[in-house]
This record gives sequence, structure tokens and C-alpha cells, in this order.
Amino acid sequence: MSITRRTFIKNGVAAFTVSLAVPRFVSDLAYAQGPASRNLIILDLSGGNDGLSTLVPYTDPFYYSRRPTLGISPGTVLPIGSDSSGKALGLHPKLAGLQSIFNEGRLAFIQRVGYANSSRSHFFGTDIWSTANPMNSTGSGWIGRYLSTLAPPLSPLVAWNTVGEAPHMFQGTVAVASIPNVNGYAFQSPTGGGEGVLERAAATSIASHIPVDKPQVAFVSTTVQSALATLDTVASVGQVKPSIAYPNNGFGQALQAVAGAMVKDTGTRVFWVQTGGFDTHASQDTIADNGAYVRLMVTLNDGLSALYTDLKNQGLLSSTLLLSFSEFGRRITENGSRGTDHGAASVMFAMGGGVRGGIYGTSPNLSPDPQNPTLENAAGDVTFETDFRSAYAKVLDNWLGADSVTVLGGNFRKTGIDFV
Amino acid sequence: MADSAKLIAHLLRRAGFGVGPDEIAAFGNLSYAQAVDRLLNYDTIPDTVDANIGQPGYLGTTSNGPFSPNTILTDAQQRWLFRMVHSQRPLQEKMTLFWHNYFATGFDKIAGVVNTAHATRLMAAKASEDPAGQQGQIEMLRANALGTLRVLLIQITIDPAMLYWLDGNTNTRAQPQENFGRELMELFSRGVGYYTESDVYAAARVFTGINLQTGDIRSPNASFSWVYRANQHDTGSKTFSFPIYADGGKTIPARAAASGTQDAIDLINALAYHPETARRVASKLLTFFFSETLTPRASDLDYLANIYLQNGTAIKPVLRAIFMAPQFQDPATYFTRYAWPVEYVVRALKEVGWTGYSAASALSPLINMGQKLFDPPNVAGWVLGQSWFSTGAMLNRMNWASNLAANQQFRIATASAGARSSPTALVDFLTSRLATDLDPAVRADLITYASAGSTWTGSDAQLRTKGAGVVHLILGSAAYQFV
Repeated sequence: MSITRRTFIKNGVAAFTVSLAVPRFVSDLAYAQGPASRNLIILDLSGGNDGLSTLVPYTDPFYYSRRPTLGISPGTVLPIGSDSSGKALGLHPKLAGLQSIFNEGRLAFIQRVGYANSSRSHFFGTDIWSTANPMNSTGSGWIGRYLSTLAPPLSPLVAWNTVGEAPHMFQGTVAVASIPNVNGYAFQSPTGGGEGVLERAAATSIASHIPVDKPQVAFVSTTVQSALATLDTVASVGQVKPSIAYPNNGFGQALQAVAGAMVKDTGTRVFWVQTGGFDTHASQDTIADNGAYVRLMVTLNDGLSALYTDLKNQGLLSSTLLLSFSEFGRRITENGSRGTDHGAASVMFAMGGGVRGGIYGTSPNLSPDPQNPTLENAAGDVTFETDFRSAYAKVLDNWLGADSVTVLGGNFRKTGIDFV
Repeated sequence: MADSAKLIAHLLRRAGFGVGPDEIAAFGNLSYAQAVDRLLNYDTIPDTVDANIGQPGYLGTTSNGPFSPNTILTDAQQRWLFRMVHSQRPLQEKMTLFWHNYFATGFDKIAGVVNTAHATRLMAAKASEDPAGQQGQIEMLRANALGTLRVLLIQITIDPAMLYWLDGNTNTRAQPQENFGRELMELFSRGVGYYTESDVYAAARVFTGINLQTGDIRSPNASFSWVYRANQHDTGSKTFSFPIYADGGKTIPARAAASGTQDAIDLINALAYHPETARRVASKLLTFFFSETLTPRASDLDYLANIYLQNGTAIKPVLRAIFMAPQFQDPATYFTRYAWPVEYVVRALKEVGWTGYSAASALSPLINMGQKLFDPPNVAGWVLGQSWFSTGAMLNRMNWASNLAANQQFRIATASAGARSSPTALVDFLTSRLATDLDPAVRADLITYASAGSTWTGSDAQLRTKGAGVVHLILGSAAYQFV
């Protein structure tokens, strides 16, 4: 893992330094309009989401026999119909908000998404979902490559990351703004007032000296430049009053900032939001009110419901698409710790005004028969039906107006998953 | 600064946390080789630093009630920062941080299972502070900081915090828990690509029976210790894809439940001595001490891996080889490694000053810079290098620097009294004090800033304002983010 990161860092610095020839940090650019004003929110459910507890195959007897304590009873799931194979599916009981969105036709689930020889490592798995290349987990991210295809000038906030660390998926030649807290995104000075104005001018000038012989210093200098160039716009986003209250947790606040950025038309094309804690090896508890998985679902449901309603109220839903992913699904049979270990394929979902709601792909048959074609690893894990790059391709081609073959380095277009 | 002093300052930034008055006193008259010896042979220097917490003249601490680093996480974090600033054994603290990242164990998960006071104990308590005499994980890592990986792997296997973190506490014969066995091979020894899924299942079975025994966790004095439950051990044989024994044998034999812990010892002994592990450890240490941007040469890794294997998996001889290598001492290496947030903060405190400053004031900023001590983001630790430097994280470094400079403005002005003759004199004094590699164009910007606004008089008030401003700008510059 360290080796792959290091290789990336080396390449990343080189790429970044080259891109400095383009004057990106201008605040009053005219951004491309029309279909290009659409944006994409990537949602990372980090830790490896147990998709079988999100979208529950509640009529599969093996679901209950293999999950004696984690099985969610048929009476409590929120039914959303059946997939094309006729298998009835329901949402986790705490996903009532998502059920409403589904019923409005603005939420799609894609079942059994993954890739061959799925990595069961968090870090390798995340890297693969980021690069969109199961053979090579290093190098630029697929979103980073998409951003490189956009014609300049780009907004300095074209890629907006709501957590502290820049996600691998966004890394490439275009600068990513990481804004974990819009209100903390400000320039402070020891004295303030007029002295603070002088200091900010000095800091801006200092950051403009890019040493050609020191790529690392050059990288940090451009980070400082990018931060200083975006302070005032981000401050204005912090002033936006949402149309409804967002949950007072990190995920909710991140989504509020995303909506605020859309309201202020910051020129952002991709956002990154994350909610973690999905690595539920022990005491996963999908049922009790304070159960670990229940709390994950509450956070997810409340945050996304608020975002959906807010964007709808503000007329921004039609230009927004949210796409979820997680580095892997989890083992079907629960372990001795009432949890689940690392597995393979899992469910993705997409939400937004342009989404064709519904259930895409087919559910696995959970029979522990080793010959069961929907499972792998001696019927221990769900095997993939849709390559994850086909979901990416759909978003690139049909939503972002990009060429998925260029960005993904191959043709992964697939019919039957027309969720957008 | 003489070249030899620059070299030792480089060594102290990498093998410690930078140069403050204490390091000048301790290392000022040493040759480079003597400085390396002093850093490595810290066992001969008494470890009395904690007795100075709360004493005047040292970095302050702030606590809600009595200072309690064995039950309150923020107090434990402050104690560790205090040690980084003031310890006479800087390499021991540096290596403790290295191992904290290597065996990255997160406070939050443990606190969610027990409670925050117990979780703090499990991470940070000294044996003398624990009702049952159990050492917290960081104390265990500190005690073994330059020891052997083999012993560290055994200690981490039975460490109560780790037993919670990677779910070893729930590993049973009927349902082996894979989490620890997987990460042991992926992150703690061989690395990705050098183990198979069936190795993971076999390793999970190896550790069956090694569990955690706790008292009543509702009691503040509850004891936590590892326990071997023979009736939960899978006594069957376990076969791996790689050799376990010197004769090339890949199968740990079936053995009686009573001696089941030997399975774990056999596996760990094998893993610690595998060449893949040796090269991986060498690579991690080179990344940490030398460069995280240069891909290590295979010959360097083999050289260091060989030292590791020849010395019974000991870390100390490997570090000596790194510090004594000509490449490490090459001035082109100075200020090329991205500083971790704690390295940045501690170095700034050493160079700017700490009197009247509380370690508590750095805790939230450190989280916003991306590094919460005792709580790395996941079992792979923090993502290093360029990844520390998102726009938001960098702004948080700059804003913490502003906070420190404002707090220290009177000391900065006092220290700068001899440089009050002109803005240029002030800038040159402060840049010499905050050792870094500043571009001449940056110096010119600093002089422009120091000259801007009101007419230069060199008054105490102006030294405070402009001195703090210049310190803030240097600490917030790109060049200062490197050690």
C-alpha cells in the first residue's frame, strides 16, 4: 500500500507541476453552461458496506438461515418491489426517506456491482474503485481523468471535497479543493484588521513563487494559491441558508455545504462526500435502535433525505446526480462476532432529478451450494453481474457528456442498467 | 550555521522533532556520529520528562479538572505532545509515532465498545496508572520502539486495544474472525500480493482462543487483559501458501488445545523473518526517515533487509544504517520530506517558543490538519506525503501558525530586540531562527510585508505586530512544510 501511494505521489507531483502553465486561479471566469452545468456527487460508504442489509432480499430463505442474528424480518423491511428476476426486495427499516425518493422515481439501485477477483483489502479495494482499473491500483483517479477532459477555464472549485484528505478518485492534473468545514475555511492573522489584509497579500505573493527545482514545494505552493483564491467564494457558501434543516453531524453538514455551493453556482462539477463506519466485523446489529448498522442507516437516510428535499425546493434537483460506492460488499454468512467479514460484489445506488428510478440487475441467490453461479468463494460472497466500470460509463456518457472510453481506457458500456 | 550544525539539525528533524533550546544544549558539541549514538542509545538517558508536566518554563497543558492522561483522551494527547517537545529521547518518541502509524489502532472504535475512559487507558495508560497494571498500547510501542519486529508482533497480538480494534476479542473456534489475521499479513508483515485468501482463513484459525478478558466494564477500575481460552482454539492443522518452518514446511501441525498459543508464535516467527517482511519494514523506515517521494532502490532495500534479518529482526541497526548512509546526509535531502501535522506543530513550538502556550490549543487544529493522535483513520494509518496537503488542511496549518504567533508575540518581540533597526534586519533574524530553506523571492516578500503599513520605528509594539506577522507567514509558507 505504501509503495502504491508513493508511486502515485511521485507521478502526481510531476503532473501537477506541469498543469501550472494553465492559469486556473482566476475567480471571475465564465463557466461553461448548458448540460455542462450538471454536477455529480460521489458518495463513499467507507469500510465496505453490507449491501444485503441495505437492500434486503427478504424472501430468500438462505438470507435468514445464514444470518441468524443479522437477518431483518420481512415485516420490518420497506418493500420497493421486485427485480427483473422476480425477487422481492426491501430497504432497511431506517431508510424511509430513501423509500419516498424511490417512490418518486428518483432513486435507482444497481445490484451485484463489482469486478473479477475482488480485492478484500480496504485499501487495495478503494484504490481499484478509484482508478477504475482492477489491474492497477496506482495512478490517477477516474474522476481526476474526467476533470482533465474539461476545457479550461475551470473554476478553482471545479472539484470540491468535503473531507480533509483529497480522495484518490479525484486525483489527477486538476486541483481539488478540500473543504472539510466551510466556516473554518478562512485566513486568520495574529493581529487582524488592516494588518491581516497586508498579511494575506504577502501570503498570496509568497505562494506565487513556484520553485521549478523543488516539485514538492511547488505542490504545496499551488495548494496555498488554490486555498487563498477560493476563500471568499467558500465564505459566501457558508452564508447560504438551506431551505430545510440538515442533520447536525459531519455527513449532514457536508451535504449542506454541497447544496450551498450549488446555490452559489461555484462552478463545481464534482463533489466528494463520505460517511464511514461500514467495516462491521463485530456487533453489526441491523435491528436494535442503537445498533451499529442501524445508526449507519439513520445517518445515511437523514442526510440524503435532507439533501434531496433541499435541492428540490431550490430547483437544483434536475442538475444533480449522486452516485454511491463502497470498496467491497460483505460475507453472506454472519461470523461468530455477530458481524460480517470482507466480501465481494455489492449494491450501488444513484439519486437525482435525472435518475430513472428502479431496481437494476438481479439479486444473488443466497443458497450455499458451491455451484451457485451468483456467488463465489465457495458460495461465501456475492459475485458480480455488472462491472463497476459500466456504472461509471453510464454516468460519464449519459450524465456528464464525457466519453467513457477515453476516461476509463476501454469500452465498458452496458445495456440494461439505464439508471440515468 | 556551520555545515556540521546543519547536518545535525537535519538529523534531529528526521530522527526527532526538530531543534529547540534543549537540543542545542544536548547536541551542540557532538560530532554527527556521536549525535546518532545519542539518539539511538537513549536507554542511557533517564526518562523523566513527564515529571515536568505542569511546571513553569515548559509547554503548558489545559485540563477540565485534574490532568488525567490515563482516562481523558485530550490529556493523553497533550502528554504525548509534551513528550515530543521536551523528551531527552527524541528518537524514542519519533519511533513510537512510527509504530502508532504502523499498527494504526483507532480510539473511536474502542471507545464505542467500552467507553472513552477505558479506551484512553487501553491506548495511553502507563502500567503504573492502570488498576491491573496493564500497559496501554502506545506505552507498549514506546517500550519496544527500537526492539525487534518479532516481539512487537507478539505484543500487538495480545494487546487489549488491538484485540478490540481488529476484533480478536470475538475470535472463536466455531467462527474464526478474519480481521486480525488479514491485517497481520497485509499491513504488519508481508504486504498485499504476498498472501492468499486461504492464508487469511488459516491465520484466523491460528489465533482462535486468544481473546480478551475484562472485569465489569461498568466499573472505572475494570481490568483488561488478554487470555488464552483453550476450549476455543481450533486444534487442527493449518496450511499456508508460504513457509512457516525452517525446513520449508507450510503446515502448522495439529496440536493439543493446551499448547495452542504455539500456533501464533510459529506463524509470527515465520512472518517476522520472511524476506518480504524484511523488505517491507525497510521500505517503511526509508519512507519515514529518508524520503517518501523517491522509490527505494532494490539494492538499498536488500541491504537494509539483510541487516534486519541478521540482527534477529531488530530495528535499531537498520536505523543506524539509514542515518549513517551518505544519501541520508546529503544536503540535497534536507527539507524534502512532507512534515506530518504533529511534526509541523512540534517543530514550530520548538523553534518559536512555548512559554505560555498550552498543548490543548493545538489539539483541534491537529485534527483539522488531518492527524488526531491515538485515532488514525483506519488500520493502514495516515496517508502520507502529498495527501496531507489539501487546501483545507493547509489553511488549518496556516491558521494554527497564526494562533501560535499571536500567543508568542511578546517573546518574539523580545527575542527580536537586537534586530529592530529595519524591516530587513527583523526578517533576517526571524528567518535564521526558523530554520528552513527560503527562496530569495520569499525573503523579499517578507521584507515588503514588514515595511508595509505604518512607518518603521522599531518600537516594541511594531516588533510584536510585524514579528508575529513574519513568523506566521514563514510558518504558513510552503517551504516550512518540509523536514
